[in-house]
Amino acid sequence: MTTATLEARLGNGWKKPPFIPNPALRWSLFIGGLIYLVLAISSIDVNWTRVAEGLSRGWAFVTAFFNPDFVSRGGDIWDGILESIIITITSTVVGIALSVPIGLGAARNIAPLPVYLVCRAIVALSRALNEIIVAILLVAIFGFGPLAGFLTLSFATIGFMSKLLAEDIEEMSKAQAEAIRATGSSRLQWINYGVQPQVMPRLIGLSMYRLDINFRESAVLGLVGAGGIGATLNTAFDRYEFDTAAAILLIIIVTVMALEYLSGIIRAKVQ
Amino acid sequence: MLELKKLTKTYRTGDRALHEVDLIVPNGQVMALIGPSGAGKSTLIRCINRLVEPTSGSVILDGTDITALGSTGLRKMRRKMGMIFQEYALVERLTVMENVLSGRLGYVGFWRSFLRKFPQSDVDEAFRLLDRVGLLAMADKRADELSGGQRQRVGIARALIQNPRLLLVDEPTASLDPKTSRQIMRLICELCAERDLAAVINIHDVALAQMFVERIVGLKAGELAFDGKPTEMGEDVLTRIYGEEDWQATIRKVDEEEVEAEVAAQ
Repeated sequence: MTTATLEARLGNGWKKPPFIPNPALRWSLFIGGLIYLVLAISSIDVNWTRVAEGLSRGWAFVTAFFNPDFVSRGGDIWDGILESIIITITSTVVGIALSVPIGLGAARNIAPLPVYLVCRAIVALSRALNEIIVAILLVAIFGFGPLAGFLTLSFATIGFMSKLLAEDIEEMSKAQAEAIRATGSSRLQWINYGVQPQVMPRLIGLSMYRLDINFRESAVLGLVGAGGIGATLNTAFDRYEFDTAAAILLIIIVTVMALEYLSGIIRAKVQ
Repeated sequence: MLELKKLTKTYRTGDRALHEVDLIVPNGQVMALIGPSGAGKSTLIRCINRLVEPTSGSVILDGTDITALGSTGLRKMRRKMGMIFQEYALVERLTVMENVLSGRLGYVGFWRSFLRKFPQSDVDEAFRLLDRVGLLAMADKRADELSGGQRQRVGIARALIQNPRLLLVDEPTASLDPKTSRQIMRLICELCAERDLAAVINIHDVALAQMFVERIVGLKAGELAFDGKPTEMGEDVLTRIYGEEDWQATIRKVDEEEVEAEVAAQ
């Protein structure tokens, strides 16, 4: 195309070159995608009579939200919330404490290859296993209760934080780190002066975000017996006490929103 | 005294950045290194303190072969070489004072530096240097609040607090306006004279180099192409280093400025 002379190009329109240059491939991908979408939608099998019956049950659930019952199971709700908060805070603190060294090790630009591979393997393992599956396994090992929830969330935090921290370290300014290395600093001093200041805002922002995720997850993990407010929620559902369940869900929603707001303020302050 | 013997660097990509460079910089000499982009100026400076590992050859500073040192020895040796960077390379989220004191990292233990409890003599010296470069009032500002010229002054203070024998200066004026560029070059040269420091200064601005340094070395494609006094730099030399171009303006500008300076001095 670059060989075309100016005269040949003048007066002709210009179009952005397509992302996939081969027109046959481009169109077959497009049409293939369309056919798949039609087939996928037509394969959905809805039992409308079942939906009609279920609607009333769903409606009962929704109306319960308009008069949530915080009182009759107040003690259980309070215990559950407290347990969830303890699980959230402990697992976030322990998870972050472990993810800092693993995150440093998982950054290709500062870790030697063997360390890098080990740390990346830990991160991959933690990210590959869904929290629910880990929780079921740990409940089987440690029995019902908050210990399993705490361990599950700590493990999940490592995968999340280490990966994102390592990526931030890999994107840091090389010049700033190089300048600290040139002063004759030791490796630890280099990390403290050359690397840490560059990644600190991200680390704090992610920690706040993870706190929020861990609280939400602690509600879900209770459903498989890992303690916290989720256990109380599960009991309420089992007893068809939708008004209590609604109260618990409202508390979770408010707490998550409050955490979200708080983390927004903190992230804006730390720049 | 700094001595380079057959210094060679070939990058893993196969790019030959330096080829058997021999160079001697006596104590107290300020030397400018010029040459086109990609001639190996940055590589040469980084091979001296081994931020880039030389492929072969040796770098000898005051009788010690830097290329033969282990990691502890290298750290001790890096303390003797202050480095000033293009784009300043200050740690932006640290304060000015922390940036200056980071020049002492090679001398203090980890916990002292971690807790920012530097010895009083270091703190005093940091304040003295900040005063010398005119930034005493900025000590507790964060580095990213400063202007370009101010940042480079902090960079200079950070290099000097190492109490170095040699300054390695990489394009100190590349992102500064013409006036600030001159002020920074003047400051570097004055400080070198005050402390009897040798310096190797990479610089693109040939006229600026001619104005301030006592010796100019030209690098072309990784090999020495010129070594002499600023007054010996003529059109033929510039053509040899950079290639064919009308150099009249570059050189004449300097002559006029020198005359002006002389007139002003009288």
